[in-house]
Amino acid sequence: MIRVLLPAHLRTLARVTGEVTIDVAGQPTIVALLDALEARYPTLQGTIRDHGTLERRPFLRFFACQEDYSLEPADTVLPGPVANGVEPFLIIGAMAGG
Amino acid sequence: MSRVRVLVGTRKGAFVLTADGKRQNWNVSGPHFAGWEIYHLKGSPKNPDRLYASQSSGWFGQVIQRSNDGGKTWEAVGNKFAYDGNPGTHKWYDGTQHPWEFKRVWHLEPSLSDPDTVYAGVEDAAMFRTTDGAQNWHELPALRAAKGNLWQPGAGGMCLHTIVEDPRNPQRLFIAISAAGAFRSDDGGQSWRPINKGLKSPSELPDPDAEVGHCVHRIALHPSRPDVLFMQKHWDVMRSDNAGDSWTEISGDLPSDFGFPIDVHAHDPETIYVVPIKSDSEHFPPDGKLRVYRSKTGGNQWEALTKGLPQRDCYVNVLRDAMSVDSLDSCGIYFGTTGGQVYASADSGDNWNPIVSHLPAVFSVEVQTLQ
Repeated sequence: MIRVLLPAHLRTLARVTGEVTIDVAGQPTIVALLDALEARYPTLQGTIRDHGTLERRPFLRFFACQEDYSLEPADTVLPGPVANGVEPFLIIGAMAGG
Repeated sequence: MSRVRVLVGTRKGAFVLTADGKRQNWNVSGPHFAGWEIYHLKGSPKNPDRLYASQSSGWFGQVIQRSNDGGKTWEAVGNKFAYDGNPGTHKWYDGTQHPWEFKRVWHLEPSLSDPDTVYAGVEDAAMFRTTDGAQNWHELPALRAAKGNLWQPGAGGMCLHTIVEDPRNPQRLFIAISAAGAFRSDDGGQSWRPINKGLKSPSELPDPDAEVGHCVHRIALHPSRPDVLFMQKHWDVMRSDNAGDSWTEISGDLPSDFGFPIDVHAHDPETIYVVPIKSDSEHFPPDGKLRVYRSKTGGNQWEALTKGLPQRDCYVNVLRDAMSVDSLDSCGIYFGTTGGQVYASADSGDNWNPIVSHLPAVFSVEVQTLQ
């Protein structure tokens, strides 16, 4: 069970509050987690990754265990504390004014 | 008793304004989708409680929302807008060719006859259609074949912002793109042709009479005379009496013929409305006076409508989708500003009052007349 913290706008869109927990079958990679997250909450499709390319949207970042995973390959295995639910996987919206 | 529902899209959410037929006391609901840009929301003419909204964000991309109860509740529906095949390239700002890239939905036009059918105008310019209530969207790719490689974005992006269905012939569609021009399909979107003969853009195009490349801002028609089109172009207010085959200028005595919206009175097809803006580089009303101009002669002769509108120190803009009319006996005219005001006139524009004054910048205003 992996804990995921979404940005506030995506929590509203997915109609959840606080963290969500996601079961990932097989290796807990970034892409496997995002696939499972979107399968559980279909309204998030296209909002974290581009529909066609599956590339991360440029103004979103992925953090875990005080490390930035945003630029890591999609098949990067998540660190143990995230995979076993001790630490959350953070999806962060870039800071902006206006 | 008749009622009106005004659907307002803003930079930070959607608002639903409702009133009875007197249009004096208003209820304001919102913000819906708070914090998101709502370029446009519009109701189905066939089922007025079916609404569609374009919700977008620089962070999270495009979302489409649908309501089945007049905007009380909403559900996110299909948001996948994939161009058909390889869309190729269009002209970029520097004249080079640039790949087509989806950015957002500017305009949603529900079909006149089917609440589940909706047309979407998107940036980079293309037209999509759903026939299942916005679960799935499919491009009408023949539009890009109408010299799409010569289309070029304006400063606001290369957007398909206007979609008008001929009420007498659902196979006939009119659309407009900045900066490509106006186009017509006579076969339900299977093929398209430019309809820009008579448009002149001497300050924007090397060939001022080019077949495509004109920055059309908005097109409107009256349902009783769908062959008569009115257009607010970047500069110039234009009219066509032959479904766009040719255009003539009707700017007449306007103080400026630059502007964005144009609309037609609900009961008089020769009465039209524009909001003159000073220039393409100064997007606010001339002399700091917010004036709607009305022509009762189908153009050329215009009168300023000022009662209830600020006549000093006003430097807002009125965007292309931010004007609409109701169809009550005394026709109501509505428009929203980038300063967050939504003004209404219950008497065809003679007198105006603000419904709300402090919304985020208004992108779009659509009115539904309800029984």
